[in-house]
Amino acid sequence: MSASVQPRRRLRTGITDAIAMTLVVLAIWEGLFAYAGDVAITSPLATFRYAATLLGSATFWPHVAATMLAFAYALLISAVAGVALGLWLGLRRIAGDVAEPMLVALYTIPKVTLYPVMLLAFGLGLSAKVAFGVIHGMIPIVLFTLGAVKTLPPVYLRSARAMRLTSLQTGWRVLLPAVLPEVVSGLHIGFSVTLLGVLIGEMFASQRGLGFLIINGISSHNVRLTTAVTLLVMLFAIGANGLLLALDRHLQPA
Amino acid sequence: MTRSARVRWTRVAVVGGCILLLELFCRTHVINPLTLIPPSEMFVAMVQMVVSGEITDDIIHTFSAVGIAACLSVVIGFAAGAAVHAMPRVRRAIAPLLASYYAVPVFVFYPLLVALFGLTMLPLIVIAFIAAVPAMVIATLTGLDRVPRVLRKVARVHRMGPLRTGLLVVLPATLPSLCNGIKLCLAYAFIGVIAGEFILSSGGLGYGIAYAYESFENRAMYGRMLFVLLTATIVNGLLHAWEVRMNARRGRI
Repeated sequence: MSASVQPRRRLRTGITDAIAMTLVVLAIWEGLFAYAGDVAITSPLATFRYAATLLGSATFWPHVAATMLAFAYALLISAVAGVALGLWLGLRRIAGDVAEPMLVALYTIPKVTLYPVMLLAFGLGLSAKVAFGVIHGMIPIVLFTLGAVKTLPPVYLRSARAMRLTSLQTGWRVLLPAVLPEVVSGLHIGFSVTLLGVLIGEMFASQRGLGFLIINGISSHNVRLTTAVTLLVMLFAIGANGLLLALDRHLQPA
Repeated sequence: MTRSARVRWTRVAVVGGCILLLELFCRTHVINPLTLIPPSEMFVAMVQMVVSGEITDDIIHTFSAVGIAACLSVVIGFAAGAAVHAMPRVRRAIAPLLASYYAVPVFVFYPLLVALFGLTMLPLIVIAFIAAVPAMVIATLTGLDRVPRVLRKVARVHRMGPLRTGLLVVLPATLPSLCNGIKLCLAYAFIGVIAGEFILSSGGLGYGIAYAYESFENRAMYGRMLFVLLTATIVNGLLHAWEVRMNARRGRI
């Protein structure tokens, strides 16, 4: 009996805690609003109401589409190229040993600094945003995949050789399934940094997209717009992260 | 030549080769000089700007913001992490928040912070702090979780009080994780300040880069950029070396 009661009780305290957390966040927000007033931030209720109107208006969706398109391209390229490079570097030991510290160093430098280079190389628009997202998102995926291949039980590759699989078959049938959990962990990190890259790009230099709306709200003193779009971006990020986290946990070996 | 030496020299050759190739492409105008100036010119521009004192104010502006934000986030993050670790219920409640924190691009809050605090250094410090502090909280929690139970037992056997246990046993045992947290704090604070300066600010290296970009001054832009990237790489390298030495000493015990 206790076995069935225990999870239910845990779920109930979990829900109570989540509600309490939400209330605390809303209280802080309301407090900021009371401190700074209408010129800087709108109240939670007004923001939710305005966000709902935004979602219903036709002019808002092209901006969402612009951001999501750049984000989707960047994530797709990061994932495919990152996994391929990670597998290759993991199998060629020397190449992997040469490249890994360089990749770690690249991962830690503030790549935000490179944004103007991307704009000069790719021009204002979609491709610069995608390129910027890729340089952020690809490295963690390469590193996670590389790490997974390096720690792979040698028996997997030996049996692939025993069955005389071609290298393509080995990659597709043996390596990829074996490293999938790490790839998902890498994607999980790559997801958020890619989104960050795309949004910074739109804030810094762009005519479209959610980042542009946020910065445009500031320069035209449209506080309502800035606060509401910030809220929507945040809700999207938290929602997507929750899904990825669940997928990650589901795939991790117990 | 041992294998590790061979790997190291290959790495040096790869990096050097890339720089030379870039230099060659820029000199032969395969890459448009309006897009990218040769690496040697970047370096010369950087040295000239540093020596002439042209970017001294920007350096002070950026690095003081990074320093203040990183110190604040390390101290407050550590205190918060230790406090949360002592309260399991609170910890369970904020766990989802910490897990999804870095999924939210925190820079979307920067314009709001500018509206709240005005266009001074304060919103930069606050955004860098917001970006860095959870890393320290998470590192502290992980570190405290990993203190081997036997060490706490040893402390009890020696009849140490809570203060002495904390200072002499728990703190040294959590040090590797804390060190990792400090590294992350510095990296996030740096990104926070530079990104903030890019988006909206009145000074600093990030602002200088954005300004030079908008006025097509490639030498000024690439010189500053190289300075930022080199500084970040050197600081990261030093912290990494310190960490390796600390772990090596730990391994010997």
